[in-house]
Amino acid sequence: MADDAIRCDACPVLCYIKPGRTGSCDRYGNHEGKLVRLDPHVVLDRVLERGESVVPFLDRGRDWDGTLIHQGAASHGETFVTAIGAGTTYPDYKPAPFIISSQVEGVDMVTVVTEGIFSYCGVKVKIDTDRHLGPECGTVRAQGEAVGHVTTSEYGSQMLSLGGVRHLTGGSRKEGTATCDVLLSLCNGKAVELKIDDGAKVVVQAGQPPIVDGVQEERMRVGCGSATIGMFAKQWFGKVDDVVVVDDHITGVLSEHQAGKLLGVPETGIKLKGRRSTPGRYFQVAEPGTSWGGTDIEDPLTILGKFNAKKAWPGLRFLMVSTTGEHYGYFELDEDLKPREKDLPAALRESVARIKENCEPALCTVLFMGGAGGSLRAGVTENPVKLTHSVRDALTRVTCGGAPVYVWPGGGITFMADVSRMPQNAFGSVPTPALVAPIEFTLKLSDYAALGGYTDHVRPLSSIVAEKESRRRVAAHSENPWPLESGVKTKR
Amino acid sequence: MAAGIRSQNEEMNPRAQIRMLPDGRRLHLHDGPIDVILEAFGPACEIEAAYRAASARFVTVLDELCGELSFLRQSCSPETAWPQGATARRMVAAVMPYAAEYFITPMAAVAGAVAEEILAAMVAAADLSSAYVNDGGDIALHMNPGEKFVVGMVERPDRPSLMGTTTVHAADSVRGIATSGWRGRSFSLGIADAVTVLADRAGAADAAATIIANAVDLPGHPAVVRVPACTLAPDTDLGDRLVTQAVGDLTAEDVNHALEAGARTAERLLKMGLIRTTALSLQGTARVVGPTGESRMIATSVHERGLVHA
Repeated sequence: MADDAIRCDACPVLCYIKPGRTGSCDRYGNHEGKLVRLDPHVVLDRVLERGESVVPFLDRGRDWDGTLIHQGAASHGETFVTAIGAGTTYPDYKPAPFIISSQVEGVDMVTVVTEGIFSYCGVKVKIDTDRHLGPECGTVRAQGEAVGHVTTSEYGSQMLSLGGVRHLTGGSRKEGTATCDVLLSLCNGKAVELKIDDGAKVVVQAGQPPIVDGVQEERMRVGCGSATIGMFAKQWFGKVDDVVVVDDHITGVLSEHQAGKLLGVPETGIKLKGRRSTPGRYFQVAEPGTSWGGTDIEDPLTILGKFNAKKAWPGLRFLMVSTTGEHYGYFELDEDLKPREKDLPAALRESVARIKENCEPALCTVLFMGGAGGSLRAGVTENPVKLTHSVRDALTRVTCGGAPVYVWPGGGITFMADVSRMPQNAFGSVPTPALVAPIEFTLKLSDYAALGGYTDHVRPLSSIVAEKESRRRVAAHSENPWPLESGVKTKR
Repeated sequence: MAAGIRSQNEEMNPRAQIRMLPDGRRLHLHDGPIDVILEAFGPACEIEAAYRAASARFVTVLDELCGELSFLRQSCSPETAWPQGATARRMVAAVMPYAAEYFITPMAAVAGAVAEEILAAMVAAADLSSAYVNDGGDIALHMNPGEKFVVGMVERPDRPSLMGTTTVHAADSVRGIATSGWRGRSFSLGIADAVTVLADRAGAADAAATIIANAVDLPGHPAVVRVPACTLAPDTDLGDRLVTQAVGDLTAEDVNHALEAGARTAERLLKMGLIRTTALSLQGTARVVGPTGESRMIATSVHERGLVHA
């Protein structure tokens, strides 16, 4: 070859490429005698144009791991730089590591990207189970150290509040480290084993079913005992004389419940233990536990007193069932009005199955909660309180690894975000101990200037994307609103 | 196990990139000049098995081809010996019907043959209801009875906008789609913007599209700029043959004349059973050769790259 063609050795095709031309791949070209990579991913850019973003596994060694991920429709095709791996500034008065501008609908938008070191942070864990995990305020431990507590339970779920500044910094060194480990693992989607004082041992992982004392929870209850009576009364009517739905909170009894009364279910003389709240609704029929409907009972008959001989009759049929349909028993009264367990008739089997079918899968969900009320704001602007006001006025959108956040009303920038909507391994930690979490502030360039932002540090998005150094491009989470889109108001 | 396969694949070929597209459904495979997007349909476990098989097969394909590259770049004649590699053999099989009459090298079918080879690995490894493997616009299809694909087409490869669709049913014998034209990534001897071919296999479609696109031509026309291929790419399989670099505005008469030449060739290939249907496009005018029923190509619109499952 007497001409200035060069040999490309990027792949075994080993193209000879003439000046100004590209090889057979259209990716590598001869630019003034030098082999250059022109456009990294031509095909993928087209994919981008079609409104789909590119994709998790860009850096080498993190190729497709062989599993299928199921996301919905791919989302917005533009690039948004998250704070993950951005690094943090210390001390905080230096500008944040990346202040990036991009154009959205003709308006210059600025995204200030930083990873915050959060001492004031923790996670709220929602565990879909009725099983008693521990008393409210009960201490939650990991590696034997106190890392949080049981907080107010919610409908069909037990709630834990973990982390927070007191466990991170207020206790022993070991307590702080254990707390930080638990938070980091949970936020990064890993499984953690927790032990609750006077309660259960539970394995928690975001997006996975809880494992309570070694048993994986399958279902979230269909409703409380009383609600279950209400939902299924019609299906039971005529097939059985009475039904008790056992629930640690509110146990329901069909013949006494308003739903049964409306259908004309006759009295059966059934007698429930526990405290009657309203007709057919009983509190505290047993102690909390991990068995029937979140109680401690193994034998459901233990919550029943003697049947009233004036009302009951031999052969009376009744069903006892838990709020998930997981436990059930069918009984008929003998000549002495004593319940005798019998096989569940086919007609009732269906209703028990229906309860199960109507239960949602039990999951653990983890919300990260942190406060950016402090000096982190100084990385964004020289006038920190203005950032807080700007967030409050909805001029600035806050995201956490690109995920939407709920900013708590009142002072500061205290926010919650669902960790399962962030890219993998979005969180880190420092030995302080404290959690390192991504946080991005997005606002109009003009608003950024107005609040005293570091406008001289603003870089165009293209300069970030063009840098070859280890930028990981990930798919936008399909359920997340695009961080650069709407939501951020235009100031008038 | 997943990690095992990954490192195994990477050990075999550190260049290859294998990743899921963000929709979580399609797999993207890239190595050197090969860019494949594929998708399988069926039970999740079967899809996963198919994607593993596709990945495992893919990582060695380019090296295998390059091992026989000088042979594959040579003009094919009926006496040509058969190459070793499975993909290379698919290439030769695809171009052989043309070897006696035309200048053609196995490279004319490389994209389609790669698509076929990957698809074959997937179908052998998993029970799929349907699947497609799209290698830069040359597409291999798998369909169980009753399945169908809607294929989106664009008029010009360099301006991808969806102009129309065609539906390929399992009951049709079509299992391959390919597009060729001077605006595409490889050189063309003709002036067609795009010739899209539906054939029984992707390699056959690829070779036929090349032959038909070459035939859409106006020899000696002053508006067509032609350059010896080797002056553009020294190692091209086309040697010093003149390849199209630009086409000026043509009169309607010229356009019809050129399309007519291509259509005549297409008719012959159709009679020989080498193709099922083809659409030829030149400067906004399109012509279809072959059955044009409801399930066939839409006459006004052609081309590659968008594939939507029905």
